[in-house]
Amino acid sequence: MRRLEVLLCSGTACLSSGAQEVKKALLSSLAAHGLAEEVRIVETGCMGPCELGPVMLIYPEGTFYIKVRPQDAEEIVVEHFLKGRPVARLLWREGAPSPQELPFFSRQRKVVLSNCGVIDPERIEEYIAAGGYEALGRALTEMSPEEVIEEIKRSGLRGRGGAGFPTGTKWELVRKAPGGEKYVICNADEGDPGAFMDRAILEGDPHAVLEGMAIAAYAVGAKSGYIYVRAEYPLAIRRLEEAISQARKLGLLGEDILETGFSFNVELRMGAGAFVCGEETALIASIEGRRGEPRPRPPYPAQSGLWGKPTLINNVETFANVRHIIQNGADWFSAIGTETSKGTKVFALAGQVRNTGLVEVPMGITLRELIFDVGGGVPEGRKFKAVQIGGPSGGCLPEGLLDVPVDYESLRGHGAIMGSGGVIVLDDSACMVNVAKFFLEFTAEESCGKCTPCRVGTQTMLSILNRITSGEGTEEDLQRLEELAQLVKSASLCGLGQTAPNPVLSTLRYFRDEYLAHIREGACPAGVCPALIHYRIDPELCRGCDACRRACPTGAISGTPGSPPYRIDQSLCIRCGACQAACPFGAIERLPGRKG
Amino acid sequence: MITLEIDGRTVQARPGQTILEAARAAGIRIPTLCYLEGLSPRGSCRLCLVEVANWNGKLVPACATPAEEGMRVVTGSQRLKELRRMVLELLFAERNHICSICVSNGHCELQDLACELGMDAVRFPYRFPGLSLDASHEKFVYDPNRCVLCGRCVRACSEVEGAMTWGFAGRGVNTLVEPDLGGPWGESETCTGCGKCVQACPVGALAERGVATAEQEKRPQVLAEVTERRPRV
Repeated sequence: MRRLEVLLCSGTACLSSGAQEVKKALLSSLAAHGLAEEVRIVETGCMGPCELGPVMLIYPEGTFYIKVRPQDAEEIVVEHFLKGRPVARLLWREGAPSPQELPFFSRQRKVVLSNCGVIDPERIEEYIAAGGYEALGRALTEMSPEEVIEEIKRSGLRGRGGAGFPTGTKWELVRKAPGGEKYVICNADEGDPGAFMDRAILEGDPHAVLEGMAIAAYAVGAKSGYIYVRAEYPLAIRRLEEAISQARKLGLLGEDILETGFSFNVELRMGAGAFVCGEETALIASIEGRRGEPRPRPPYPAQSGLWGKPTLINNVETFANVRHIIQNGADWFSAIGTETSKGTKVFALAGQVRNTGLVEVPMGITLRELIFDVGGGVPEGRKFKAVQIGGPSGGCLPEGLLDVPVDYESLRGHGAIMGSGGVIVLDDSACMVNVAKFFLEFTAEESCGKCTPCRVGTQTMLSILNRITSGEGTEEDLQRLEELAQLVKSASLCGLGQTAPNPVLSTLRYFRDEYLAHIREGACPAGVCPALIHYRIDPELCRGCDACRRACPTGAISGTPGSPPYRIDQSLCIRCGACQAACPFGAIERLPGRKG
Repeated sequence: MITLEIDGRTVQARPGQTILEAARAAGIRIPTLCYLEGLSPRGSCRLCLVEVANWNGKLVPACATPAEEGMRVVTGSQRLKELRRMVLELLFAERNHICSICVSNGHCELQDLACELGMDAVRFPYRFPGLSLDASHEKFVYDPNRCVLCGRCVRACSEVEGAMTWGFAGRGVNTLVEPDLGGPWGESETCTGCGKCVQACPVGALAERGVATAEQEKRPQVLAEVTERRPRV
């Protein structure tokens, strides 16, 4: 008899923090206590709070354990499973054993992630038991393709890959495009630094994506589809392959699905790691075996896509929404969210925020609620400074805009974008010029090199930013930087170049004073840019222990042991901070501005 | 026929014709660099960008955008002039375009564009990447320092000659046109020595050996002449 179920998170984050070892330890403890038949361990997809992994949820009572180590297994089995006393030290918060009592979970609204962390993604039976493939069955047997499209249109679903194009309209364009052969492509080339929602969905609920694609294929009139997934996601690829083969066996993919005469085959294509292949035309070129380069649109893929045929291309999260809309109806879906942005959005919270991980919230939630209620705010002793939303194509928004609702239009209006949903929280230790430089380095490196503004423009912007962070910038540089940013934004061929300047433009808009401090005062206010800071030994606190002198790699520190204070020769100092890290008395401080 | 408006003039185009083709047929000049008649359009240099007034002023490459019924195209606004000049400055700053020591001096499309668009100075730092010259071919020389990555040689080689010797390698600012996945051109197993790439090259990146600068004038129109004589499939 099964008495308990242990849902063990087996997303990539929890696996890398040791979920498999925990499972092994649990299994051996269970066997040792004769509980092997009574407790079942289910490996699930991502539960969300990635930084606290490995995490597990124990049913029926719903106890949530965090940071479980293999050595905790025996205690969990003896204390909890045998004696019925939850292990208090493994709970997230004292007195709150179940997830519903934690704001991280209670403020979320899980639609796309409803199966993630709940079912075993490698067993199609669990997906079906949770209502899976009902929507496909309904679409195929009760609805015409036009009715499916109408339902998606009425739901207000918009593309979750970043641009927010109305999904139903896109489907209709492909449906109406002349041409016999049509294709459906799932864009799983997730590449934004810090974004991993598509990976989590593919790992935690792969059938939801397949079902969404099959419904889309029926609606637009396609018989084959591709999932373009990055090769760096081996677990997602394995689970997708497994899911495809299981669905084929049950007749839910392949020929004559559910004996309705409708056929749909899906193949995987692995991306070789170019960020630009997330752009739809570059992705299509890559599937066709050509160099991953975008081409000018129009014609759009809906008119002429894969091998010149009308092609529907949607993102993972978009497809994962489809079954819920067909199952629960457009009205149910459109009741969530705002006037123009319906449903939920999955965000990857990262950076200086307590609860890093994956969260799903209704559209229209404010940035403050997202970061402070769900995310738990910035860690103790630090102050919130900015939030970078939308990855390298997005923008940095300051504290004053925390009450902006998260929807496509509001974010764009303030110089950020929804993007794929990467949210990086920055505290007062971040230099905004450096942050802009970081993201621009990424896009300049990932530029495919096809069009002039993106290829040369991003590099030239980068060299200007390098001048500014090394203290050689002028106010004329700032003007040049803005001109270039506008050029790259308006004249680049594809979305990569058109959005690459956003981090620079938004930091110039909201944190211009920091740029000016670098230029006019030769100081990095946050104390980050090595050329614009200096270290100082406080003579009052220095005890002459010699630790700093020994740590210094350039011999910039001099002094005699036992006779403080020690001194730093600023002309030799490379501002590496090794002395500060070595000082046991906190006598070395880092100060903005050049010295010496 | 499609009727559209270019710079306030009513212009006709056949279905499938691009904005550029419609404009040229009507005698309206739009600057181009990566475009070459006879080759597929690439839309990458961004010099032929035009505004479509009734698409919210969206910028599209004239060479690669099909003409559509009712389109209102602007080819020479102040915004476009500034933008083209800046793109040209970036192209000049990217590699080594010192005209006085270039084989194409006096008959170079990049140089002509600079004169046409009034580009009298480059405001951005020159990158001077210092790439190595390939003089291994018995008939031609390839100097990547002069290359503008327009891809005309790549397309001439694959679309017209069918040899596919040239291709792009690397990405971003490190993109290079290379023969046979890299390696000396002279050792290429695919190059037929036809010289179409040299004729297609708008600048001094591909040149004939043993020919003086003054005699180095290219005939890029040869690509269109060759393709026009071919039977249409």
